[in-house]
Amino acid sequence: MKRIILILILGCLITVGFSQTLQMTRSGQISFFSKTPMENIEAVNNEVTSLLDMGKGEIVFAVLIKGFHFDRALMEEHFNENYMESTKFPKATFQGKITNTSKIDFTKDGTYEALVEGDLTIHGVKQRQTAAGTITIKAGKIAATSTFIVKLADYHVEIPSLVVEKISKTVEIKVSCQYEPKS
Amino acid sequence: MLRAYLISFLTLLSSSVFSQDDLMKMLEDETVTLRKKDYTTATFKTTRLINGHSIENVAPGVLDFRISHRFGFLSGGAYELFGLDNATMRMAFDYGLSKRWMIGVGRSTYQKQFDGFTKFKFLRQSNKMPITMSAVGGVMYKSLKFDNPDRVNFLTSKLYYSGQILLGRKFSESFSLQFMPTVIHYNLVEGVNDPNDVFSIGAGSRMKLSKRVSINIEYYYQLPNFKLPGTTNSLSVGFDIETGGHVFQLYVTNSSGMTERSFIAETTGDFFKGDIRFGFTISRVFTIVKPNLNTAGG
Repeated sequence: MKRIILILILGCLITVGFSQTLQMTRSGQISFFSKTPMENIEAVNNEVTSLLDMGKGEIVFAVLIKGFHFDRALMEEHFNENYMESTKFPKATFQGKITNTSKIDFTKDGTYEALVEGDLTIHGVKQRQTAAGTITIKAGKIAATSTFIVKLADYHVEIPSLVVEKISKTVEIKVSCQYEPKS
Repeated sequence: MLRAYLISFLTLLSSSVFSQDDLMKMLEDETVTLRKKDYTTATFKTTRLINGHSIENVAPGVLDFRISHRFGFLSGGAYELFGLDNATMRMAFDYGLSKRWMIGVGRSTYQKQFDGFTKFKFLRQSNKMPITMSAVGGVMYKSLKFDNPDRVNFLTSKLYYSGQILLGRKFSESFSLQFMPTVIHYNLVEGVNDPNDVFSIGAGSRMKLSKRVSINIEYYYQLPNFKLPGTTNSLSVGFDIETGGHVFQLYVTNSSGMTERSFIAETTGDFFKGDIRFGFTISRVFTIVKPNLNTAGG
């Protein structure tokens, strides 16, 4: 009987301990760049939500396509209307794992290289994606950054022949998140 | 007793076993609560349906340079090269002051007319609002010399005003509908019995044929007791074609003017008797003031 109570208490402790390993942000930043000799296109989204489970090394992102903002309003409209079809596919998500968690000590300040692998869903198309990034821990706060390249064709984003020289076939994506412990 | 402990223990255990899917689910819940309002965008391709205004505005800090051409009646036959011999045009600059407010000025060769307008969006269609509502106020000045120079003429006699309420809704990705009750005010009319205020109700629609091409239709019905004698209702049908930074509008219409006064209140052609004119508009936008990307929100 005592043993059961003990296990129960331990179970409680584990749950509590676990919940502290969850880190979250609602104001992460994702930007992308398309560079061609004709035109550079850049957009920023400052409303990225992400959850990081330090215990398991799992990481997820969700971003609303309409939250990407451009220098030029017409580009933003075309991005939503013609390329990303944001009414049909309002969100892009990433669901993955940090594959080298053994090399990251979340309890110690420092900068760690992180390798992430998972499913990236853009424009309703799910693709396996790997990315290298950096996790910085400073005074217990966790920040994560990463830069990777995606091919537009992989996500069935069509570029009409008329603007083919203005839009790069691959786009560089930059992610930057400052996490807070999830309550 | 033992069973109770066991059950509660199992509950605790299951709550601590998270999978990636649960993490994604948690995040989705957070994302949903984050998004307050989702505004409908691109109800129409551009700020004009064909001749008249649509509920669309030019984005803040953006200048829209518009050139419209209008030709003679197709019924003019081969001698007039089906109307192409008689071209009139309007050149205009529109500018977005904020997300809801835009202004514009233009000059038409037809009756040497200057015009200016201001358009304000009161309601924006969103997940919480079924329609978009805008109000447009315009003033037109016909700089053509007076027909009767011997009479005592006032400058204000050549001024005209228009007021419109635009009610629009994007029903689906490909179908948008709009109603526009309109009043045109004449300071001076020709006949003693002519009304100084012309009332009409417009209706217009856009159907997308592909991502970059749509077909538009626009009709203004004049209230029979408040219209100028000898005028007909304006009907226009056309295509919007989008190519990067330009929008081309190609259309046929029975109206010759390109401002509210001239196309709503002074159309004389009968569309179904071949009094059809070909016209086109080229719209090119220039970003004058770039938005601050770090503070731009939804």
